[in-house]
Amino acid sequence: MAQKKSWLKEFTKGLWDEIPPFRFVLGLCPTLACSTAVTDGFGMGLCLTFVVTGANIFISFLRKIIPDEVRIACFIVIIATFVIIVELATQAYFYPLYLSLGIFIPLIVVNCIVLGRAEAFASKNSISLSIADGLGMGLGFTMSLTTLAIFREVLGKGSFAGHFIMWQGFEPFALLQKPPGAFFCLGLMLGIMNLFGKK
Amino acid sequence: MAVQEAWTFSDYIMLVVSAVLINNILLIRFLGNCPFLGVSKRMDTAIGMAVAVVFVLSCSGPLTWLVQRFLLEPFKVAYIQTLAFILVIACFVQLVETVIKKVSPPLYRSLGIFLPLITTNCAIFGACILNIREKYDFLQSLIFSFASALGFGLALVIFAGIRERFPFARIPKNFQDTSIGLITAGLIGMSFFAFAGLAK
Repeated sequence: MAQKKSWLKEFTKGLWDEIPPFRFVLGLCPTLACSTAVTDGFGMGLCLTFVVTGANIFISFLRKIIPDEVRIACFIVIIATFVIIVELATQAYFYPLYLSLGIFIPLIVVNCIVLGRAEAFASKNSISLSIADGLGMGLGFTMSLTTLAIFREVLGKGSFAGHFIMWQGFEPFALLQKPPGAFFCLGLMLGIMNLFGKK
Repeated sequence: MAVQEAWTFSDYIMLVVSAVLINNILLIRFLGNCPFLGVSKRMDTAIGMAVAVVFVLSCSGPLTWLVQRFLLEPFKVAYIQTLAFILVIACFVQLVETVIKKVSPPLYRSLGIFLPLITTNCAIFGACILNIREKYDFLQSLIFSFASALGFGLALVIFAGIRERFPFARIPKNFQDTSIGLITAGLIGMSFFAFAGLAK
């Protein structure tokens, strides 16, 4: 590589320039499903951050050993290991979160963001850069999920992280809590994001 | 519906209706949204993907059920479910790809490109895990997998049909493509909501 990549740059690109899932439409399922409540969205984001960073470290560490032909299988095994760690940890320490995220914790394993970063970044770059990339992408994902969740919870239920914050007699916009509401919200946010700087 | 009671025929019908329409795997359960937006730009790719998903899911659903029942549970290693399932699915997809390539090259040309994508399709993996979480028996998981895949195909084909018309619509510049796609998906999801009345 001709140009030297900076640690900071790899980290910050995940927060705005290439923020998932807005810039790349990847990993939509957890985005749509885990954004009914702020706590769910934030928790899901952190779980994904852990998995993507951990997987990036290991894949970057083993990138010279993993044979090219079976690399996807190797990546998936590494990712699945981290997902199992998250699954058992949330079950043990954050049981309410485990219940509300449900099936979407094991589903991190097939999340395109994680595999995408492994394939596009960690398998080609050094460990420190991969950590920065994983953290940036994970936190960017957490940010967008939390924003979406705030939108949906405050308008759809009138509460923020379980506490009712709207005025008396506020009529919740219940559709936003329902599955179609997730599509509307994400579609609108994507459109608004496009207003600010398109690539 | 209690799990222990023997299922009557109408229960099975209800399971199918529920998986295809009421709890549509794509629009209500939110599984498999990446290929949903990725391959729906043209009708023929959407149909190809739908067929591939129906085939792979109807086979891998029961397959993972067998793995769970006869490998993971007897050896008390249910916690590696995630790892085991994804490996089973990946191997199965690879096997299918090799077999189709050998047996039927025309079929391979039309379905081949979708098969690798299917490994990371959360609809497949999600339905396999749902089979276990809902405590379905073998026949139920077979039917549920098939019906979920049908629901996936139905939503995908409907969506592709609408999306093909996008170029003729005047959409604001910022909302083009994915953005309007998601809003459309929301509208289709709303129409699927009407089926909720079918459930008891």
